[in-house]
Amino acid sequence: MTLSGKTAQVADRSTRAAVALRGARLSYGDRVLWDGLDLDVAPGEFVAVLGPNGSGKTSLIRVLLGLQPLSSGTVRVAGGNRRIGYVPQQRAIDSSLALRGRDLVGFGLDGHGWGVGWRTRRERRAAVDAALESVGATRYADEPVGLLSGGEQQRLRVAQALVGDPEVLLCDEPLLSLDLAHQRVVSDLIDARRRAAGTAVLFVTHEINPILPLVDRVLYLVDGRFRIGAPAEVMTSRTLTELYRTNVEVVRVRDQIHVVGAQHVCEDEPHHVADEG
Amino acid sequence: MENFFDVGLTLELLGYVQPMLIAGAVLGLVAGLLGPLVVTRKMAFAVHGTSELAFTGGAAALLIGIGVGYGALAGSVVAALLLGLLSTRDSDRDSVIGAILAFGLGLGVLFLALYNGRAANKFGLLTGQVVSVGSTDLWLLIGASVAVLAVLAVIYRPLHFASVDAAVAVARGVPVRTLSVVFAVLVGVATALSVQLVGALLVLSLMITPAAAATRVTASPVRATVLAVVFAEVSVLGGMILSLAPGMPVSAFVTAVSFLIYLVCRLMSGKRERVQ
Repeated sequence: MTLSGKTAQVADRSTRAAVALRGARLSYGDRVLWDGLDLDVAPGEFVAVLGPNGSGKTSLIRVLLGLQPLSSGTVRVAGGNRRIGYVPQQRAIDSSLALRGRDLVGFGLDGHGWGVGWRTRRERRAAVDAALESVGATRYADEPVGLLSGGEQQRLRVAQALVGDPEVLLCDEPLLSLDLAHQRVVSDLIDARRRAAGTAVLFVTHEINPILPLVDRVLYLVDGRFRIGAPAEVMTSRTLTELYRTNVEVVRVRDQIHVVGAQHVCEDEPHHVADEG
Repeated sequence: MENFFDVGLTLELLGYVQPMLIAGAVLGLVAGLLGPLVVTRKMAFAVHGTSELAFTGGAAALLIGIGVGYGALAGSVVAALLLGLLSTRDSDRDSVIGAILAFGLGLGVLFLALYNGRAANKFGLLTGQVVSVGSTDLWLLIGASVAVLAVLAVIYRPLHFASVDAAVAVARGVPVRTLSVVFAVLVGVATALSVQLVGALLVLSLMITPAAAATRVTASPVRATVLAVVFAEVSVLGGMILSLAPGMPVSAFVTAVSFLIYLVCRLMSGKRERVQ
């Protein structure tokens, strides 16, 4: 997590899209989740992926992680699988699990490597300490993970995703079941990272308001249809009415967007990449 | 009862049981290293199921007159592969184990009924001390243990990752499913080796109890593993030495010592939680 030499890397990254989907189609049998999806995510860009349950948001993450082949089209992710940071949604961790915060973060660095990792323990410790520090988790780094609060666990998740110095950050409902203060902390950490290191962010969520100030573009998926554009373009009554094919009203209250008439937008069931397939 | 803990007699007998002590020490090491992962992966029932199938294999070996060790090894490796391949979802793992375990145990009972040799060997398979450890058995045990530890050393980090954090491990490209089958086989081999010493019914006292005790008192995976090894060694070697003078089955003492350690660790962790 050293910052020296990062400037040159950022400049190099900006020349190519971090994520590129071309004519991407995903279908299970007759059911088409999405088709003809073209999406370029630039380094440092923050893209929110929205849509009702079953619209293929989590499947998109699985495609980018290489866990789910496309039915047709191409997908390219800069740096390949090893340079992707993944922040899953918060879920209960067994309180008796013999695992500390620093162990969880360490997996993000080299948990995929063979061997016991004895020779690299010093480098690992330094990198993990820096990552813990950057999310303000140093204080509870040696506590059992299962005894921490949801907000504390999600901060560790962000550190785990960032410690591997990712070029692409995939977040699957990372704010779910967090209170407002912790939602703010977690989304600010992700925002700081993409600005500092030019990491492209794909952020799957059913609730855009906590991240609205950070979002550059929205990918809105509904029943095989989709729209890509700035929040002001996509989050309108007209566009969402077209997408949902039913009368949807978008109401702006101060800095917040409320979607009325598409109740199921906010009723997403928790999903997890490992639970499927 | 008066010679229950006769020190003189114990020392006198120690010389005769050296191979068994070596076998016990090797098993303690293997069980202690595998234990924390077994506990983390909630595989206690799988270990029990595997050991019952090791019993079936051992019984079949008795019947056809080959080494019980080889039979137990074959039985538990087959069991581990079946469990690893058939139960792809956590939710149906328990029922798959239950079904296979019951059938295997029944088969073992049949093999024992057909066997005309010493009756002591029949019970020994279930409750321990089936045969005194000869030099062939000892070399099989050491060789198999070295193989298990070598494979474990190679897969340890991604296996640990997959065991505690499967969703992110999958996302990072860790071959979670393959690792769980490989680990099931490692556990199967270790179980088969333990069956010869403590019997099919008491394998849990080696594979689970020391690790469960260790994870009670520390959250550090390294410290938990070191403690599990120490607890397993104390249980096995302590249990063996204590069993010498009274001439009682080893397994009774091994389970007693490991349970005692577990109780102490539970009490300690209870205190720690209240302090916090």
